[in-house]
Amino acid sequence: MSKKSQKFEGDPNTTGHEWDGIEEFDNPMPRWWLWTFYATIIWGVLYTIAYPAWPLVNSATAGILGWSTRGDVAAEIAAVEEANAPINAKLEAAELTAIAEDPELGSYAVSAGSAVFKTWCAQCHGSGAAGAKGYPNLLDDDWLWGGSMEDIHATVTHGIRNEDSDEARYSEMPAFGRDELLEKEEISQVVNYVMSLSGEAQDASKVEAGAVVFADNCSSCHAEDGTGDRSQGAPNLADAIWLYGGDYETLTETVSNSRYGVMPAWNTRLTEAEIRAVSSYVHQLGGGE
Amino acid sequence: MSILDKHKILETNATLLLIFSFLVVTIGGLVQIAPLFYLENTIEKVEGMRPYTPLEMAGREVYIREGCYVCHSQMIRPMRDEVERYGHYSLAAESMYDRPFQWGSKRTGPDLARVGGRYSDEWHADHLRDPQAVVPESVMPKYGFLEEKMIDGKYIGDIMATNALLGTPYTDEMIDAAQADFRAQADPDSDYDGLLERYGEDINVRNFDGNPGISEADALIAYLQMLGTLVDFSTFTPDASR
Repeated sequence: MSKKSQKFEGDPNTTGHEWDGIEEFDNPMPRWWLWTFYATIIWGVLYTIAYPAWPLVNSATAGILGWSTRGDVAAEIAAVEEANAPINAKLEAAELTAIAEDPELGSYAVSAGSAVFKTWCAQCHGSGAAGAKGYPNLLDDDWLWGGSMEDIHATVTHGIRNEDSDEARYSEMPAFGRDELLEKEEISQVVNYVMSLSGEAQDASKVEAGAVVFADNCSSCHAEDGTGDRSQGAPNLADAIWLYGGDYETLTETVSNSRYGVMPAWNTRLTEAEIRAVSSYVHQLGGGE
Repeated sequence: MSILDKHKILETNATLLLIFSFLVVTIGGLVQIAPLFYLENTIEKVEGMRPYTPLEMAGREVYIREGCYVCHSQMIRPMRDEVERYGHYSLAAESMYDRPFQWGSKRTGPDLARVGGRYSDEWHADHLRDPQAVVPESVMPKYGFLEEKMIDGKYIGDIMATNALLGTPYTDEMIDAAQADFRAQADPDSDYDGLLERYGEDINVRNFDGNPGISEADALIAYLQMLGTLVDFSTFTPDASR
């Protein structure tokens, strides 16, 4: 049953649709809206011509601009590499010890090295290079393998105790307890002696006997006075700076089962310029020699 | 009578409207999805991809169970900052044996697509036990319980068989030897020649968590140490048309 039209004088025409007596005005779309709509259609067509878009049988249209995400990132990286190429070449050619003396090269090396450090080194050595238990602090002047530019550079390049590089620094402390090289009592004595070197012996009566055990078993690497030997990565035991901890239990565990860290060889992942940059960065942190 | 007037037939018939709506959505889906199955450059040919070893597969199961993907992505996007931080951008081929893939969608922690070989096993063990011990600013929970949960790889062959059903090229020999290979990879003193023969010379065979026996931490670290290391990028030339 159709009702009478509700249309008043002066109203626009209706579309002719009618639902239960409700009619729809046939107002035209606003012109600005309509033209914008047509423009987006044209834009869409042009876009699919200019950029990769339509799937074909075995491939997709590449677009006449030849743009690709991969090409884009390759170009961006190439541009940065090209911009840094002269100073990187200078960095690679410089004497290691001369890098810091050239203000421009030195500041470039430290900034670039800081970025390398935060990407590749911070997870073990800490974002502030303060290290963690078992991971050396790089801020102090207590070095396991040496803190000169040459030493740091060699450590970063080849790493420590890894299988990646034949020139990796290598040494291994015997597990004196596990491999039954020392009796339990002897371990207790030598631990007390080692603690006494920094004035913290737990049981002073054992120190004297411990000194003998130390001289027989430990001094070839850690030196007779316990100050260590950097050529073997043997820590200085007399400076009260500890990698794993200097309390009685921790030292007993260390002597009994031995401990040592590993570090990757970075020459497989970083360029020589990056290695030199990060070496410069670490060198200037505070402990560089 | 124009076509627009005929539209009234659809508008006034709910069933017809449903059928035609479905047709329209189907066309959209076909245009977006179907080409991926036949375009030659969807998955590039790369050297080095292999199915996961049984121990790595077990580690992947732990990774999924613990929801690692909620905070870690495995997808290096082709952008300069990501490539410089994480390494070569991820390729589709690198996920081709992932069911389901672990691309993730959010990075509370860093991307792990190329974490393999980047840290030592000891670091991973320390870090799983207490992330803040090595990365003080980390918000990652502690996963020390993984190294206490011993596993024997009893069901790993079944998981591999299921993956084989879906298309991962596990041979019957691999599935039969699954549990033996599972044990061999975590024990450098074992006879692991068969494992290397089946999966390749570059398999890491180590006591990953440093503790006796095979724990979930062994499996997880084995999985992490392999991530992103399979493709030989020295033989790879990126095809720019993608």
